[in-house]
Amino acid sequence: MQRTLVRIPIGRIIGWLLLLALVAITVLPFYVMFKTAISGPGTLFQQARSLAPLEPTTLHFERVLGLLSPEATRAAGGTGALIDFPRALRNTVIFTVLVVFGQVFFSSMAAYAFARMRFIGKDLLFYGYLSALMIPNIVLFIPNFILIRDLGWLNTFQGMVAPFVLMTPFAVFFLRQFFLGIPISLEEAARLDGATPFGTFWRIILPISRTPLVTLGILTTITAWNEFFWPFIVARQSDVRVLTVALQSFQSSTPQGAPDWSGLMAATFLSVIPIFILLVVLGRQVIASLQFSGLK
Amino acid sequence: MIRGQLPVAGPHTLTWRSIKKRAFGPEALTAYLFILPSFIGFTTFYAVPAVRAVIISFTEWNLLRAPRNIGLDNYERLLADPLFWNAMKVTGLYVLYNIPIQVVLGLFLAVAMHRLTQSMIIRGVLVLPYLVSNVVIGLAFLWILDPILGTANMLLGWFGIPRQPFIGSPDQALASIAGINIWRHMGFTALLFYAGLQSIPKSLYEAATIDGAGEGRLFLHISLPLLRPVTVFVLVTSVIGSFQIFDTIAVMTQGGPVNATRAIVWYIYENAFQFFRMGYASALSVVLFMILISITILQMRLLQGNRSDME
Repeated sequence: MQRTLVRIPIGRIIGWLLLLALVAITVLPFYVMFKTAISGPGTLFQQARSLAPLEPTTLHFERVLGLLSPEATRAAGGTGALIDFPRALRNTVIFTVLVVFGQVFFSSMAAYAFARMRFIGKDLLFYGYLSALMIPNIVLFIPNFILIRDLGWLNTFQGMVAPFVLMTPFAVFFLRQFFLGIPISLEEAARLDGATPFGTFWRIILPISRTPLVTLGILTTITAWNEFFWPFIVARQSDVRVLTVALQSFQSSTPQGAPDWSGLMAATFLSVIPIFILLVVLGRQVIASLQFSGLK
Repeated sequence: MIRGQLPVAGPHTLTWRSIKKRAFGPEALTAYLFILPSFIGFTTFYAVPAVRAVIISFTEWNLLRAPRNIGLDNYERLLADPLFWNAMKVTGLYVLYNIPIQVVLGLFLAVAMHRLTQSMIIRGVLVLPYLVSNVVIGLAFLWILDPILGTANMLLGWFGIPRQPFIGSPDQALASIAGINIWRHMGFTALLFYAGLQSIPKSLYEAATIDGAGEGRLFLHISLPLLRPVTVFVLVTSVIGSFQIFDTIAVMTQGGPVNATRAIVWYIYENAFQFFRMGYASALSVVLFMILISITILQMRLLQGNRSDME
């Protein structure tokens, strides 16, 4: 009796310890980011021997947000390398909103046609969309860059959103699978009441598809917010560049020998906050969405 | 006989009218309107560029002068290019470091969560790195792995391990990048396995426990075989993803030191957007595409697709 009581917990305790160790390893880099961002100017060398923040201050956040004068910024450890954080944040928000709403809306229209309507070339076109899932980004980025350049769209929002705003193969595929499962009787009833196809789609299909639309919306938001490669190729100018590109450029313009780690960590930490908020507010749905992305 | 109908039309054969209706009837026209925006996106940014990439790969083109047709020269040059073979070696090694550890850790975390705790908070924390951009993670680890001031060397010092150069050294750079990506993806991989575990009926575990099976047996004889479809998905997508490692390299090492982290997509990027060798870069990207397709087919064959062992 006592033996079984002792035997079972040991395995569970080891399991818990390993689990918590991995949780700690997951959290640590975020903590270091935060610790460095709030430690006072000139403490980088002492920080190399301490896990606790030293001389806590909000100076680095303030200077990254552009709230301090150039002199005060220099005094707080700035190196002259600048990141216009509010503007980069605004650009990321515009980019993300355009991509999410455009992609989800236009993909859902196409998905509805593929799920419900009959027309010539439907299967062929659908397999075309599906096979596009297999093409690595870099293959498409070279011709797409040339196209955007020829259109004169380098360093513009339309150039940045163009490849993502009208569809992605995944979005169409994902929503079609869901629409196929909706009972057709609902639409027939709407048609008998004289609704147009678009009316049926807008007033019946979209409202009852809230869950998959939110799931797709969350996945697209995360992807768009973090997108780096494509904006890095087509939009590096400071007035349009998104956060990821601005952070990379901030890093590469800070002096190699003595980088402005406090400023860099303040900026990176600020850029993670929206993701923290998303996770806290929509945690359950975010996790469900991610699980779903694996089980298509 | 009705006009416009084929002479031998039965109920299941196509008639002119039905073809006409399918192609130009009101339903078809509505469908075309619904498809149109996505179709424009698909043709402009997927289908045409995919073909164009192949066409460009047969040319020499620096974007300043008109492209010059050179047939298969780019492909011949690629086979003789030591940097291409170096990129393949670097990428292959990266995948080899990355995948096994990531899958094992993900599997462990999933089983631990499944058997010990259903906590949403733990799942949320573990998946956090996956939600953050690679650029942010690259910058954070650039600081953490700093050879002199970084937290990693401080922690190693606690255990009496001497300072390591990490990404500053050609011997450690690639492993460091792989480590960072393992850190980023293990929680997400765990989430996928966890979802798979949740779909296994609880009664199986209960029955086996009554029969006296311990945790180890439950894992080997129930969880692992039934997780096969998820494992196939995780392996295929993470191998394809790892082959295309770019962001972390762009932020942290730019292919260096020496050629230690010059993985294939970074090498293609350099050729296309730093040296403006569009033809050569396209040829490299077409080769990458063919490699990825072969690996996917091979993996599907070896792992026998979507069937689990119990079926």
